Amino acid sequence: MGRSSTVKETQALFQSLRSAYAATPNNLKIIDVYVGFAVLTAVIQVVYMAVVGSFPFNSFLSGVLSCIGTAVLAVCLRIQVNKDNKEFKDVAPERAFADFILCNLVLHLVIMNFMG
Amino acid sequence: MASPESAVNGPTMTAGAASKSLRNAFGGVIAFIILVLIGVLAFSIRLFSVIKYESVIHEFDPYFNYRVTQFLSKNGIYDFWNWFDDRTWYPLGRVIGGTVYPGLTLTAGTIWKVVNSLNIPLSVETVCVFTAPIFSAFASWAAYLLTKEVKGPGAGLTAAALLAMVPSYISRSVAGSYDNEAVAIFALVFTFYLYIKTLNTGSLFYATLNALAYFYMVCSWGGYTFIINLIPMHVLLCIVTGRYSSRLYIAYAPLVVLGTLLASLVPVVGFNAVLTSEHFASFLVFIIIHVVALAYYIKGILSPKMFKVAVTLVVSAGLAVCCAVIAILIAVVASSPTKGWSGRSLTLLDPTYASKYIPIIASVSEHQPPTWPSYFMDINVLAFLVPAGIIACFMPLTDSSSFVILYIVTSVYFSGVMVRLMLVLAPAACILSGIALSEAFNVLTRSIKFQLPGIAGNPSIASEENGSSTVVAPNDIPKTEEAAKEKPAKKNRKKEKENVEKKPTPSKTEKRLLVLPLEASVIAVLLLVLLGAFYVVHCVWAAAEAYSAPSIVLTSHSNDGGLHVFDDFREAYSWLSHNTDVDDKVASWWDYGYQTTAMANRTVLVDNNTWNNTHIATVGTAMSSPEKQAWEIFHSLDVKYVLVVFGGVVGYPSDDINKFLWMVRIGGGVFPHIKEPDYLRDGQYRIDAQATPTMLNCLMYKLSYFRFVETDGKGFDRVRRTEIGKKHFKLTHFEEVFTTHHWMVRIYKLKPQRNRIRGKTKKSKSSRSVSSKRDVRGKRNPWH
Repeated sequence: MGRSSTVKETQALFQSLRSAYAATPNNLKIIDVYVGFAVLTAVIQVVYMAVVGSFPFNSFLSGVLSCIGTAVLAVCLRIQVNKDNKEFKDVAPERAFADFILCNLVLHLVIMNFMG
Repeated sequence: MASPESAVNGPTMTAGAASKSLRNAFGGVIAFIILVLIGVLAFSIRLFSVIKYESVIHEFDPYFNYRVTQFLSKNGIYDFWNWFDDRTWYPLGRVIGGTVYPGLTLTAGTIWKVVNSLNIPLSVETVCVFTAPIFSAFASWAAYLLTKEVKGPGAGLTAAALLAMVPSYISRSVAGSYDNEAVAIFALVFTFYLYIKTLNTGSLFYATLNALAYFYMVCSWGGYTFIINLIPMHVLLCIVTGRYSSRLYIAYAPLVVLGTLLASLVPVVGFNAVLTSEHFASFLVFIIIHVVALAYYIKGILSPKMFKVAVTLVVSAGLAVCCAVIAILIAVVASSPTKGWSGRSLTLLDPTYASKYIPIIASVSEHQPPTWPSYFMDINVLAFLVPAGIIACFMPLTDSSSFVILYIVTSVYFSGVMVRLMLVLAPAACILSGIALSEAFNVLTRSIKFQLPGIAGNPSIASEENGSSTVVAPNDIPKTEEAAKEKPAKKNRKKEKENVEKKPTPSKTEKRLLVLPLEASVIAVLLLVLLGAFYVVHCVWAAAEAYSAPSIVLTSHSNDGGLHVFDDFREAYSWLSHNTDVDDKVASWWDYGYQTTAMANRTVLVDNNTWNNTHIATVGTAMSSPEKQAWEIFHSLDVKYVLVVFGGVVGYPSDDINKFLWMVRIGGGVFPHIKEPDYLRDGQYRIDAQATPTMLNCLMYKLSYFRFVETDGKGFDRVRRTEIGKKHFKLTHFEEVFTTHHWMVRIYKLKPQRNRIRGKTKKSKSSRSVSSKRDVRGKRNPWH
């Protein structure tokens, strides 16, 4: 009894999640896809490390952290570009994108240096 | 100092945008001039040591940094990164590139290079000596920026002025104290400023700058772990108190990723940035903030009913996963003996750890807990302005003021564990005192302004809130008296309190600004200015008398007021550099290692880096053993000269005989045949006739007191204030080669091995003598 009601509730939950998410604008969805891709790449790298071993550790670390780093920065960009966020009303999306690019530049410069 | 702030803080009352902007511009110019003056003040108050003594590098650690900077300026950065130093920790050597925090040396090297390329001929030593005062000026400006973000420009200026002079910071950044803290405190305050700025504005640009400033801090000092633990603590505090916002995410998440990567770039830290427990807090909070962010996002896009369903689902499923992950983590951490923390960090968490397990950390005088008077000596007036500042931070409580409160609380705890960390307390105390003083001046000058005849302006300006708690009390007393008259005489104290609490709330809704009486305000302003004057006087005195001693040169005043200079250390080092071969090894206690390599340019066995406890214990054992065993230990390490510091003739208290018990303890920690009770008579450490025979025969005693009886005929040790026990003795395995003018440094040479062994070979047969000698040596000397 309880299980079927929870199953129904979860189905209703996923339904409402999907419908609410479909309402987000396209540019935010693109950023979400990018974030998902970055996290997926990080997971692939971790699985590879588990199979092959962690030598050289600095390369593994730089690879995983670059994926996670760019995912985090993309999330920050999404926060700043989202029109529903009233705190960032006066930040132009171009400015947010420029900050994103700058931060990514610094991140990848460090990655290149650390990868060895 | 009071009047410019009131001009800056005074609200504009008359209408007209033009006059308001003119006043703002005027305030801005005055603030700029004040900042420049604060920078000059911070620089010049640290010059006492240069004026009183000379432009020389102080103490012990700065000599190592100076030597490294010399190497960097001579050989360039590639050789510096790959430098393997074979002139220290003989025969092990030391990888300088991988074990030094490069921030300070790279900064000074860059300054030297830039200045010389502009054809200003400053030597490396001058740049090194004056790096600390310059960066203290920068640190004051960073404190201004940080406090401005928290409270406003008036508080910022006060905090900057306080930080420029606070004695605790002066003690580690005088001209000549060329140590990591000189640039690290600037990096610390600047990193915190950028974090608060990112938190307040939510700009990714400042987040990038924050990560770069954190990188500079990691390069400079091992205390960077304070930042990477304080910021996650603050994020957690904000989440728990319901202050989560997307700005918090932007301030924290990029910092963790970029910061960890940048920290791993520094060779000293390397993989410790992801493997040691000191960084786990940041990763844990990283995961937590993502969970919280996701939760808020889903809450935003779902209806409340659906959100409840989601919560129950996630909680039930997630709890199981969480428990599994935590179990794995605990297993991993518990498998290492120190639970993944380094020795020094464990000492901070458990102050008794070092004294039980690692005597070397416990023996450093900077690692002892401070005494109560040292708080008043080091931060003076700020010690009781800080609580007022904490209260002022609560009105209103913003993200940035909660950060400052967390900073002061944690730094007060850590300063109570180690004297050295009073330095981390100093900026926090200055910030909070600046806030307190600024708020006090705000209220007082506003009271004066509104009550002066002719300037009776509009009291209902809503731009200011209703002042501090002290303002509420005098105005409420007449009101409660009226209420008491109305109600019958029988009344609880509780009801009276309720009346008092009810009265402020109607006054707040009316938005009337409460002011103090005019005379009280004037007197209070004068008293606060007097307080500031006492602070300034104390700081200048502390800088001039207490903290400017270079400790490599000592002075004393003779009876007729003349100055007597004791330059024995440099005398000894220059004797070594002129009268010994370049490759000769010198053995001494580890305190003098850096100075010996830097000034005498000779190879040493152990130095202040103290990374190898066994090697130091070897030297300690040698100093505690009788002459023959000590000779054998030193001979096996190719030592040619032994250096001891002896203060008995002039009364210099920090000599090797006073440090000797630490040598015994450290040596005994590794070599069990050295037992501390052997050197104590009835638990007391003595060197007079009542001392134990082990004490009177050990190498340290003999090298310190050899021919000491010739100085005054009786052998009266001025530091220990007794006559020594064994006065007339000869050295069999060492010979004295140099003693400085005031007998403060004594250098001995190891006598070479004798070609013929006399005595026993003649009496017994050859085979038996060899075996008996081997047996005898095996029993007494653990080296064969």
